[in-house]
Amino acid sequence: MTVDARIVVHRSGWSLDLELAVGAGEVVALLGPNGAGKTTALRVLAGLQPLDAGHVVIAGETVTDLPSARRSVGVVFQDHLLFPHLSALENVAFGPRARGVPAAVARRTAREWLDRVGVGEHAAARPRTLSGGQAQRVALARALAAEPRLLLLDEPLAALDARTRLTVRSDLRRHLASFGGAAVLVTHDPFDAMVLADRIVVVEDGAEVQTGTPAEVSRRPRTEYVARLVGLNLLRGVATGHHVDVDGGGELVTADSAFGPVYAAFRPAAVSVYPERPAGSPRNVWPGRVTTAEPHGDAVRIQVDAAGLPVLVDCTTAAVAELGLGPGSPVWLSVKASEIEVYPS
Amino acid sequence: MRPLLRARPTGGGPGRAPAFLAVPAVLALAFLVLPLAGLVLRAPWREAPELLAGAGVGQALRLSLLTASAATVVCLLLGIPLAWLLARPDLPGRSALRALVTVPLVLPPVVGGVALFTVLGRTGLIGRPLYELTGFAFPFTTAGVVLAEAFVALPFLVLAVEGALRAADRRYEEAAATLGASQWTVFRRVTLPLVAPGVAAGAVLCWARALGEFGATITFAGNFPGSTQTMPLAVYQALEGADPRAAVLLSVLLLGVSVAVLGLLRDQWVNRL
Amino acid sequence: MTTRRPLATVLLAGVLLSAAACGSGSSATKSGGDTEKVAGSITVFAAASLTGTFTALGTAFEKAHPGTEVGFNFGASSTLARQLTEGAPGDVFAAASGTTMATVTKAGAAAGTPAVFARNRLEIAVPAANPGHVRGPADFARPALRIAMCAPQVPCGAAATKAFAAAGITPRPDTLEQDVKATLAKVVSGEADAALVYRTDVRAAGTAVRGLDFPEAAKAVNDYPIVALRSSGNAATAAAFRDFVLSPAGRSALVAAGFDAP
Repeated sequence: MTVDARIVVHRSGWSLDLELAVGAGEVVALLGPNGAGKTTALRVLAGLQPLDAGHVVIAGETVTDLPSARRSVGVVFQDHLLFPHLSALENVAFGPRARGVPAAVARRTAREWLDRVGVGEHAAARPRTLSGGQAQRVALARALAAEPRLLLLDEPLAALDARTRLTVRSDLRRHLASFGGAAVLVTHDPFDAMVLADRIVVVEDGAEVQTGTPAEVSRRPRTEYVARLVGLNLLRGVATGHHVDVDGGGELVTADSAFGPVYAAFRPAAVSVYPERPAGSPRNVWPGRVTTAEPHGDAVRIQVDAAGLPVLVDCTTAAVAELGLGPGSPVWLSVKASEIEVYPS
Repeated sequence: MRPLLRARPTGGGPGRAPAFLAVPAVLALAFLVLPLAGLVLRAPWREAPELLAGAGVGQALRLSLLTASAATVVCLLLGIPLAWLLARPDLPGRSALRALVTVPLVLPPVVGGVALFTVLGRTGLIGRPLYELTGFAFPFTTAGVVLAEAFVALPFLVLAVEGALRAADRRYEEAAATLGASQWTVFRRVTLPLVAPGVAAGAVLCWARALGEFGATITFAGNFPGSTQTMPLAVYQALEGADPRAAVLLSVLLLGVSVAVLGLLRDQWVNRL
Repeated sequence: MTTRRPLATVLLAGVLLSAAACGSGSSATKSGGDTEKVAGSITVFAAASLTGTFTALGTAFEKAHPGTEVGFNFGASSTLARQLTEGAPGDVFAAASGTTMATVTKAGAAAGTPAVFARNRLEIAVPAANPGHVRGPADFARPALRIAMCAPQVPCGAAATKAFAAAGITPRPDTLEQDVKATLAKVVSGEADAALVYRTDVRAAGTAVRGLDFPEAAKAVNDYPIVALRSSGNAATAAAFRDFVLSPAGRSALVAAGFDAP
């Protein structure tokens, strides 16, 4: 493992306790809501904040008590934090120079890195004249030019507009793939995490709540928060074969068979909406009342209160118009058993 | 692309100040400028050549520029670290320290001169052992002038730099640290350049204050042409002596030189930043 | 020095009050020629070296003339002269030299002719311990010593120049102060080994300073003239105060402070 850490930080009324192991070449995303402690964890790894207990080992060296400058880490900050008084080139050369590389050599290295991230022609520019995307690329080059064993990225795409984000994200993916060290990415955007990370660690309230590959996490969320992030309905219950007793009332019939405490997840698009109780299949049918309706992509996402359980439903705009759906409308919902993913909790 | 918003030419645009601001602003400007204009108007320009040639003016002016610049260097060397310390949010007793730093601002400079005696005078706390060891004492020396000026001017620099440091985004220092920079490198290559405008503003204030310094200088360093008589002292002497007209002329000269120097420096900075 | 002045002033006031009691009658008859009444307040512009004596004289005058109030503006004679020629409101001017008085009379600000009421002579002032082993004016030429003198532009400096010329000595001062109090202060604080100041100042400084008399001082004696001012809104009281200073009572107070009688 390139990185092996246990990060414990106590604050009044809040604490963080996170174990983290990242292999060489692996990209781990810390995904979680604001205030979950992801950034704190990243700052501890970077040596910018002390930990109250635990340890940080990078490339076999215990760096728990070492200051930032003596750890082999590179950080890409959310708002890039390029030094405003230095050119893009000098920003990137800063790391090598700080580590004792002669200025001329450092500048040559910096130029190579700027070319590699695709902003070579802006070498002489001051950060304030760069666009958001260019600045973030320079920031990445600056972090990588110091040849860190551990690369830390704090919401690297959050400050960018949607279009820039798309291109920077795919470039970042390419650079992360060719980066030999360990990388930890902090984000609250599930899509960034899915695209960029090999493994996702979901952090809520200072603790890990789920970890797995992007596919695992997106298919089998284990908390309401993750389910919402990946756009799934998540119910918890106790399975007996093809039958699940949902916590809080109601029951589900599933195609897969399971036993014991389980999660049941299904896509909003898999839910059908009827104005009256549907005649055909009697299973997985619930009455409810629409609470909200909002456009979602080219569909409309409706939230239905089905006997106390909040269920998300995606409808076509035409269907919404036809059924006259709005907050307060009574509806009937149904989900096919084969659309429900059941997995032990 | 068409701009989404276009500034409307009518109404209270940014170009026109409301009367409740404009009137006192113009008054303030007049209050500052008119006395200077009075000096310029009352200066005996016709006799200027002989008056200026006579009174060792060049000597006093040279000494003033030299000591004010030396005092500014002293203030920069000592003041920036102090400002850095004061800007640290975790410094215990910070507000008390800040209050102490501003003391020379409140203290009448003459009292400042007396206070300097008690420490650095020939019989002072540090001055006595210094004199006994080396035979050197600050009073009546050019070094004493620099010391007196630095004492009075230091708060201006410290407060300006501290303000700049507190306004600066300290996360840049963190970014530098993650890039492997030692504390000294962070300070030299990141912190200092970030607050450079504040340091420049502080240095200008500091220099200007040192150049105009009178009370502490005449009390602590004395008044002797060539070694301790700076322009303000020469002005005062002329004012008290036979020819107050010369005093007006010397004041105008000091004013002109300081404005010229500051103007030059400003151009330099503007070009560089 | 300043801490000792009040004590000296109190002592002086004691001398004066007894003197004023017998002197007031004559001064009242002198100014009796005026039809106006001696009452109300006046402001006296007086040389800094007169601070102690005149404060006490003012108190005595108020006692002798109930209903009067005497305020003072003490400072370097030259500063006061400039203030007066530029229109500062004053009733009486007492200067430390004839030259500064002349700038006021030339400007037409004086009412009547100035009268000399006291003389002051120079004295060498050294710190009580006399670390420079100063014995006379010749020591003022020793480069190793730190010497404070008045600037030649102010009366005490002009007097010093005269005295050294009489003694045939070229002094090597380290500082040229703007008034006699500042010059003496350099000795009191121990920064200067010697200074040339007025005898009255040495006396007022108390035990921190020792005074050394020297014969050439007699060659550079300062006249202290006093005059009532034309701008005075209270000419009768102004004239009465001037007469009070010139009276035997005023004279004995001045002599007690170390001045010579004219």
